[in-house]
Amino acid sequence: MDRLTGKVAVVTGGAMGIGRATADLFAEQGATVVVADLVEPDPAPPGTAHARLDVTDEDAWDRLIDEVLADHGRLDILVNNAGVIDYAGIAEVTAEDWERVLGVDQTGVFLGMRAALRPMLAQRSGSIINLSSAWGVVGSEGVAAYQAAKGAVRGLTRNAAVSYARSGVRVNTVIPGWVSTPLTDRQPAEKNAEVVALTPLGYGAQPRDIAWGCVYLAADESRYVTGSELVIDGGLLAR
Amino acid sequence: MDDLTGRVALVTGAAQGIGHAVATALADAGAAVTATDVRDQSDLGDHIRTRSHDVTDAAQWTAVVDEIEAEHGRLDILVNNAGVSGYDHLHELSLKEWHRIVGVNQTGVLLGMRQALRLMRPQRSGAIVNIASICGAASVAGVAAYHASKHAVLTMTKNAAVSYAREGIRANAVLPGWIRTPLTVGQTDELNAAFLDATPMGTGGEPTDIADAVCFLVSDRARFVTGVDLPVDGGYLAR
Repeated sequence: MDRLTGKVAVVTGGAMGIGRATADLFAEQGATVVVADLVEPDPAPPGTAHARLDVTDEDAWDRLIDEVLADHGRLDILVNNAGVIDYAGIAEVTAEDWERVLGVDQTGVFLGMRAALRPMLAQRSGSIINLSSAWGVVGSEGVAAYQAAKGAVRGLTRNAAVSYARSGVRVNTVIPGWVSTPLTDRQPAEKNAEVVALTPLGYGAQPRDIAWGCVYLAADESRYVTGSELVIDGGLLAR
Repeated sequence: MDDLTGRVALVTGAAQGIGHAVATALADAGAAVTATDVRDQSDLGDHIRTRSHDVTDAAQWTAVVDEIEAEHGRLDILVNNAGVSGYDHLHELSLKEWHRIVGVNQTGVLLGMRQALRLMRPQRSGAIVNIASICGAASVAGVAAYHASKHAVLTMTKNAAVSYAREGIRANAVLPGWIRTPLTVGQTDELNAAFLDATPMGTGGEPTDIADAVCFLVSDRARFVTGVDLPVDGGYLAR
């Protein structure tokens, strides 16, 4: 119940799905949580604050971090969870959709890490958790921009892990498989059924399954874990 | 040597280093090669068609592929080699520099594949090779944007491989280790020494080592090979 007591966390895309579950669980575990999202969580998770954030806006990131520092004096955990998807393949994806997906899923992660590193490097501690995807690892049909961006997140995570290990900052990736979220709810039922059928455990994850992985990586019990990829996918990638 | 007589090939970033060696090797194997670069390519052999080409420009990609279609009526081989590096650490990387590197290394590869697919899909054959890097799989400190973009190249390659396998198109990635090129020779002695120390073979590779791998991957000998990451790195990634 108190694995994150005293820690200050920012969770992007925290209004719903995996981000929401992570914000909830972090608060239950004693963290001070700022839910950063374009929309407000409804209902607001108990014990959390909301900050409006467009993760593609570098000035908004600076303002958010300044606000967190003004309110709490430190930042211990950043979860870069905000993400969007596009289903077009390489042959069809438009420049606009390509840039939109890279903007949120990839550039947003870069900007978040850069902004969070400002206090974390100064305090010489911190844990950053970036959400990638099984589609950041193996090929799938369609989803070209999403695959590129989620692959980039893994690279950027390892890069930051190696670059800042000696500064006390840990950086890890969480790789969900199929998770029941508002994002997957909007997908065609056949597509969802297909991925779940490929999953050795035979069912999809709930957002809380991913959130528990984030708690582990945020807590001090993972102090020796950096540059790591925590796969929470019901065995999908092990096939 | 592989016989690529009658094949039509396009190689980007061919003015020097790896791209130069790849264009030369494909031409030596009998392919009709178009070599592109933003830089001067006058020292490529007369039997190679050269063209000025910025890989971040979608309209220029269309023009290059239109020209190939007009002259040859087909495109069999695309080697996305053009790339730029940047040595900034994540916490000091500007958004502008991020976009510059992601633009060439990642969006450039998307645009190239998309245009090549325009000809390859109707002809139901084709081989794409994307030049990534050991930084697409491992990590060193600094070079944050380079890391992200090279990881993205690997997932995009797998995406293309899975998406277009049934249309007779193969897509693979080559991951060069430390290769003696103007780019690496221009790096600090310190950085180069660190790479070579970390290379089990203890020596760097030559651009021709990468060209040999590309020639294999685009040849019919590799007809059952798709979605692969082929390191040519003196053992760097095996450590």
